Amino acid sequence: MTDSKAMAGFDEPALSAGKRAILLISRLWAWVFLALMIVFFVVAVGVFSSATFLSVRNSQNILVAIVPVLLLGLGQTFVIIAAGIDLSVGWVMSLASVLSAHAIRAAFNAGVPLFLSVVLGFVAGVGGAALVGLVNGLIIAKLKVPAFIVTLGTSFIVRGMSLLFSENTTVIGLPEGIRDYGNESLFYWVRGEGGGFYILDKPEVSGELLRSMDRILAWPVVITAVVVLVCLFLLKRTQFGRHTYAIGGNMQAALRTGIPVDRHIIKLYMLSASTAGVAGVLSTLRFTAGSAVIGDPLLLSSIAAVIIGGVSLFGGAGSIIGTVIGALIIAVLTTGLVMLNVPAFWQFIVVGAVVIIAVLIDQSRDLILGRRGRGT
Amino acid sequence: MSEPILSIRHMVKRFGGLVAVNDVSLDINPGEVVALLGDNGAGKSTLIKCVSGVHLPDEGEIRFEGRPVSFPKPIDARSAGIETIYQDLALANNLDVPANIFLGREAKNRYLGGLVKTLNDKWMLGQAEQSLAALDIRFPSLTQPIESLSGGQRQAVAIARAIYWKARLMIMDEPTNNLGVPEQQKVLELIRRLRDQGVPVILITHTMPDVFAVADRIIVMHRGRKVTEKRTGETNASELVQYMVGALDDTRTSA
Repeated sequence: MTDSKAMAGFDEPALSAGKRAILLISRLWAWVFLALMIVFFVVAVGVFSSATFLSVRNSQNILVAIVPVLLLGLGQTFVIIAAGIDLSVGWVMSLASVLSAHAIRAAFNAGVPLFLSVVLGFVAGVGGAALVGLVNGLIIAKLKVPAFIVTLGTSFIVRGMSLLFSENTTVIGLPEGIRDYGNESLFYWVRGEGGGFYILDKPEVSGELLRSMDRILAWPVVITAVVVLVCLFLLKRTQFGRHTYAIGGNMQAALRTGIPVDRHIIKLYMLSASTAGVAGVLSTLRFTAGSAVIGDPLLLSSIAAVIIGGVSLFGGAGSIIGTVIGALIIAVLTTGLVMLNVPAFWQFIVVGAVVIIAVLIDQSRDLILGRRGRGT
Repeated sequence: MSEPILSIRHMVKRFGGLVAVNDVSLDINPGEVVALLGDNGAGKSTLIKCVSGVHLPDEGEIRFEGRPVSFPKPIDARSAGIETIYQDLALANNLDVPANIFLGREAKNRYLGGLVKTLNDKWMLGQAEQSLAALDIRFPSLTQPIESLSGGQRQAVAIARAIYWKARLMIMDEPTNNLGVPEQQKVLELIRRLRDQGVPVILITHTMPDVFAVADRIIVMHRGRKVTEKRTGETNASELVQYMVGALDDTRTSA
């Protein structure tokens, strides 16, 4: 052989500049889509109604609205990146709501201070949810039953348990004070005469002023933001996140390089159930009641948010920010259409179309890369 | 001659009534490339899987670096220093080069007395750069998912990973399969470089040009038995083919 140095060089770029540009666009399209949608609704709502789309109140409403969908989607993001699926999160959220309501009521009635009762509510709700996740994970990892089937089965079981524990769908009789944890906020802004900006300190206002008071960053939004940051850190900066991508990218490689795949899968389903658990507890605080049916309609929206955000159902790809954008897209779409007085069924049609377009964009990326399937 | 790194004596592996590996003995010496040739079903894969811990042999002895060894699981063979690179390479295509080299053995920063651990990506990237440079492998970018790399480039990543983790014997299963001709040359060059650095390589193949390009010694298997063992200079392609199809058999003529 002539020149050994030249022989071992693999310098030629594998992708052309044009393909790279298309790849970049396909990665950023969700941001672009969200921005375009906001612009569209700002203009359309401004023209066709007297309301303002990007008002403080409306933007805060959107943030409050995405809390449950986003929380379900955050745990789901990890599971789907690892090429799994968790269909039980909707009913797990309901179970957590019911369990936390019982815990808060029992603790408060036994003389435990309100704040501690709420903490116990979180322990019961998230702990109970994590237990369901443990069962999911054990059956999937150890008994090798497909995740789709296991979590479908447990979702029915958890549904039955939620209804059983809730004494006919709703747990009531909770201390009124917990309302504040579910509805009050970090900042308050009162417009007009005698108003102002308040931090952590709810202003004493009434009448007209009360109507012009906005709550900025409600506690559920703050808690969700903290969960988002924790998930972001876990997925991007830790070994746990790295292994999540590896398992979704090539299960065989993960096994052969000594990653404890079974244990990891169990943790993933516990994480997924836990973020759903947080959503359940927050709904209990928000409505001052435990509800056994609160989570069910949110499951498919949360999976839609994850997919719109660019998580591949084949595993191996996706991000937390993507899921946040996905949840925002759904919430902005829904809120905007409502403000334009578009009949509710159109929301479903539009969201469905966006999901399919998202997957088409994901697939076009694979096509450009000439991907030989992720398993190789 | 120095002591062999790997020494197999009278290995037998049966699957039910089938004798997949039948009384095979062989030695691998430091710094040599040995080609393991054979038709499909000749038993070369089974032999290799017995060495890499996928199968447990039924009879016989394996000595690695002078000591008798037994590998109940693949991880046992790897921690002893035997790295097997299968055709699927065991790489995660959605991760970048350093992430693949450190897959399952990630370097971490510790905070709050080890309570919080983050990935030390900067350090891993530096190590990856060094280990690739030591093998004279150059990529345009190490921080892109390796799915954008060519087959030969990914083969190089798998080799670099094995070397980084101090492989003292490399087993490679059809490394030039599915590669274009220029890429085949690059991978063969890497194999030569491994040998020059003292790492012996067992090359499973049935690509004759590869054998003559890199192998120092050739072992041919047929129906579970080792039918010949030749130095590369002492034989030619047509003779090897006759051994592969069973027309020639040293054990038969000598017995």
